Formats: sequence, C-alpha cells, structure tokens
Amino acid sequence: MSVEQTDKQLLHLIQSNFPVVPRPFAEIGKQLGISEQEVLKRIARLQQKGIIRRLGALFDSRKVGYTGTLCALQVAEADIDRVASIVNSYPGITHNYLRNHHYNMWFTLLAPSEQHIKEILTEIKQKTGLTDILILPAINIFKVRVNFNLSEVQHAD
Amino acid sequence: MLTELEKQIIRELQQGLPLVVRPYLALAKKLSLSEDELMAKINEMITSGLIRRFGAAMHHQKLGYTANAMVVWDVPDELAADTGRLLAGMAEVTHCYQRSRQSGWPYNLFTVIHGQTQEQCEELAAVMAEKIGIPNYMLLFSTTELKKSSMQYFVD
Repeated sequence: MSVEQTDKQLLHLIQSNFPVVPRPFAEIGKQLGISEQEVLKRIARLQQKGIIRRLGALFDSRKVGYTGTLCALQVAEADIDRVASIVNSYPGITHNYLRNHHYNMWFTLLAPSEQHIKEILTEIKQKTGLTDILILPAINIFKVRVNFNLSEVQHAD
Repeated sequence: MLTELEKQIIRELQQGLPLVVRPYLALAKKLSLSEDELMAKINEMITSGLIRRFGAAMHHQKLGYTANAMVVWDVPDELAADTGRLLAGMAEVTHCYQRSRQSGWPYNLFTVIHGQTQEQCEELAAVMAEKIGIPNYMLLFSTTELKKSSMQYFVD
C-alpha cells in the first residue's frame, strides 16, 4: 500500500496533539498548505484504507479506573482458530498476537476491576480447556507511546 | 472518580471525531454542551493525563513497520526501575513495563520495539542489551495479529 508524501505529513501531524479548536481540519490544512476540505477527504480515505483506525482519544486506562494485564497461553497450532475466537470475543481483550515462543498467544485484557479480570480469565480457561496461562500484570509503567517518525518509512507498501 | 459527564465524553471520544468541519460542535450538541465547554473539558482531560494521546490511531503494519518485537529482559529486581527508565528513554522503544515474574517465566521487564525487519529489531535489541548491561533477554516477534482494537469504556 503506497502512502504518498502529503499523506505521510498529514499522518505525522495528526497522530498526536490533534488541535482542539473549532475548525481543527482547517488548522491542519494551514500547516500543510492544503484546504480544509482536502484534509477531510484525505483523512476519510486513510480511514477507508484502514491506515487510520480511528481519529479520537486514547485514554489512560488506569486513570479511567480500569485495570489490566498481559496474558499468554500455550496453544497447539491446530487449535489456534478455536482459542482465538473465544479469547477475542471479550471486548476487554483489545490486542491479541501470535508470537514465536511456546507461549504463543499473547493478549492484553482491560476490565473495570481485578474481580472482572479474574472472572474473565477463569471463563477463558473453562471455555478453552487450557490451564497453563501466564498472567503478567504491570508493576511499573515506564513508557507507553506509539508515535512514529513517519519520514523514516521507506517501503510503505 | 469520574463524573457522569466525563464518562459521557469518554464514550463519545472513543467513537472517534466525526469528519465534519466543526467536529467539537457536533459532539457538543449530543452532550448538551457548548462547543467551548466541550473543548475546555477535552483540554482538561489532556492536561490531567486522562487522555493519553489525542489524534489518529494507526495500523502501523500498513505503514511499513512490519516487525514488532516484544523484547523481554531478566533484570535483577533491585535494578529494574533504573533499567526500565533507561530503556524508556530510547526513541525506538514504544512501550516499557515492569511485570511480575511467574514460575517458568523469569522475565520482568517488557519493551516493545518496532522495525521494518526482524534483523533491524535484533540489532536494536543487541544495542539495548549493551547499553543496560543485561545479557538475559529474548525477542518475541508477532507473527499474526489476531486482534487489535481500541478499548471501549463504560459501555456495559
């Protein structure tokens, strides 16, 4: 998927510190030297392509009052689809990746309380029949940031 | 504790901004606020850190960042905080957490790095290891993204 130069600059500008002014798209347009309508059109297109997942706010889950943990399961290759469909069915499980380790399914879980977390993990164990699960809650958070220097992207396809 | 209004604003903002000329006005109407009141509230949430980032969430894999490695480190507990801060200071590190160890799992520091290739991630991890003086680490590459979504708060 090719991302052309103006789109890259646009993405770079709007990935954080989106302007909180009455006409934010006009503000962004000013910085890029394009019109407000052009900015809206480009963002809509980038959303359609799936490059932008969402334009909005990312909240600090702890300050919102939620708690979370990272978990990992050992899942047999042939069983991955079945287990993934169980795990992914929980809205609080926002990320789930296969990774190259014998604990191969890694997911993050957010919930309003420790009690909810326990209940969901118990359910997952019951439904999947898997009991060997790593539960790795954070003790210290040193950094959470997903800002990329998009000008360094060379092969955007 | 969040107020009911703050929860309503969170519910709206997590849906994303509408792509209209005056997105805050459109949202403010839904919330029975003025545009100014909503913008002030959003600024307040940004300042307090309740909003961690305000802007576009992207699918990085579509942008050419194809290799995402979770690098896990086995760091002596008494060094974990200092080492965590050191790693967090590196531009290539997007996430850095200390987590509790478990039996069969000795690693207590977790970093996420993104690169364009696995080799790039491996080289970077070696540089990081050198910098912090920790030889016990492992890279876990994501081979398949099974789910990536934004959390929806206060919806049940």
